[in-house]
Amino acid sequence: MAVTRDEVISWIKAYSQVIAENKDYLTDLDSAIGDADHGANMHRGFQAVLAKLPVVEDKDIGTILKTVGMALISTVGGAGGPLYGTFFIQASTKLQGKMELTLTDWAAALEAGTIGVVNIGKASVGDKTMIDALNPAVQALNGTAGQELSMTEALKKSAEAAEEGMRGTIPLVARKGRASYLGERSAGHQDPGATSSFLLLDTAANVWAKR
Amino acid sequence: MKKLINNPEEVVLEELKGIEKAHSDLVKVHYDPNYIIRADAPVKGKVALVSGGGSGHEPMHGGFVGKGMLDAACPGAVFTSPTPDQMLEATKAVDGGAGVLHIVKNYTGDVMNFKMAADLAKDEGIDVEAVVVDDDVAVKDSLWTAGRRGVGLTVLMEKLVGAAAEEKRSLKEIADLARKINGQGRSMGMALTSCTVPHAGKPTFDLPEDEMEIGIGIHGEPGRARMKIKPADEITEMLMKPIVEDLPFKSGDKVLLFVNSMGGTPLIELYIVYRKAVEIAEKNGLNVVRNLIGPYITSLEMAGASITMLKMDDDLIKLWDAPVKTAGMRWGI
Repeated sequence: MAVTRDEVISWIKAYSQVIAENKDYLTDLDSAIGDADHGANMHRGFQAVLAKLPVVEDKDIGTILKTVGMALISTVGGAGGPLYGTFFIQASTKLQGKMELTLTDWAAALEAGTIGVVNIGKASVGDKTMIDALNPAVQALNGTAGQELSMTEALKKSAEAAEEGMRGTIPLVARKGRASYLGERSAGHQDPGATSSFLLLDTAANVWAKR
Repeated sequence: MKKLINNPEEVVLEELKGIEKAHSDLVKVHYDPNYIIRADAPVKGKVALVSGGGSGHEPMHGGFVGKGMLDAACPGAVFTSPTPDQMLEATKAVDGGAGVLHIVKNYTGDVMNFKMAADLAKDEGIDVEAVVVDDDVAVKDSLWTAGRRGVGLTVLMEKLVGAAAEEKRSLKEIADLARKINGQGRSMGMALTSCTVPHAGKPTFDLPEDEMEIGIGIHGEPGRARMKIKPADEITEMLMKPIVEDLPFKSGDKVLLFVNSMGGTPLIELYIVYRKAVEIAEKNGLNVVRNLIGPYITSLEMAGASITMLKMDDDLIKLWDAPVKTAGMRWGI
């Protein structure tokens, strides 16, 4: 059971829609412990991604995701641009030439993307960042290895782990990014980056679920 | 929200068009990617200075492009770091063959985007150095934070290093000078109100009428602590104390004292603060040799002020006094 190239494109388009719908929510989260620009930045970035997609719609999955990453780097700005851009570019390195994703492919890509984010952002789990959603998702996926789960079930477990990680950021004191300037005051608020990361994986789980 | 804007999505673009019309004698504006360069760029044989950051801090950085200060400024979306292609293209546009210095405020996004741009520029054969400004004493510089923010000292750095570049000092000398300046300046800010980011439509945080935020940055985020508002003299004490103690400034030091409006606080109040800040400086044995008072590094319409103090010496005093001709700062020409 695999996810096709066209289903990967559907995921990106669906996420752009999710971001558009959640722009104000992400902005609110980023107002509590940041500078209120995460929603607008991600929306701008993914609108630019949508504009670039037609050019690569017939290419392999690696090329598509690399294009997504580069579009984000040149339009999102802030920390989100380099972080999300690197996530997609690094994920794409595991998917060169592929026209479909197996669960193993996706696990490798998600892990590579997450490692990429850690390499440039230097965040650890518990710092109250997107890593707090991405890392559990990677662990959950890797944990399904021997279990003979369907793609749908594995993606669902991974998204649930990301959701738990996202909610887990609420009590944390931020140690990275703008929220860290607030010190203890950052506790009690959900991290906007962890939220947009959870939404990314949740959208994948929904779009790629086989009925 | 009440702002003098049109479509919130077009704020930066329309601002750039206005700058282009107003200051064509000083700067050229490039769009897609967006950057502002001095009208006579590239200046051959001179180290070029490139900075940038989110919009919303005007006059920093676009208002500081011109003779004696920056060669290029890259404006991001409001409060959002600009993207690597902006800095890359700006670097190429102002490279005069003597190397380029990136002045980068210490924010996660700024540092990452500037680093990507510097790497790309180096790949194209341009000699690029970067200096990170991290003067804010409100944030503990520790493993547990993103490090100290780059705030008021950035303005002073751009002026001082800009003058050094006009003297045709080398890239290494200028980078060393910039790091020296970074090492001997400290800042602290406070807010009486938050500010409203155009696309957000409402203030970033709610501050009750009788409260203030201490230890703020320049992006409208809450500060380190919130408390009941106090009179200006007490606030000035609360800002000056950590600045003096952190460096620490010592009796006999010559200093430049910079009282900055966050955008919404008028000059009448800044002078009240300055009066008290000088008194505190002198009580600590400091000799205030130069000053800067006004809105230079702002946070949209936030009411509040920040103080920056920089230890000076004869060379820095000479560089400060050197001519500068930009929209946001002009003397000697």
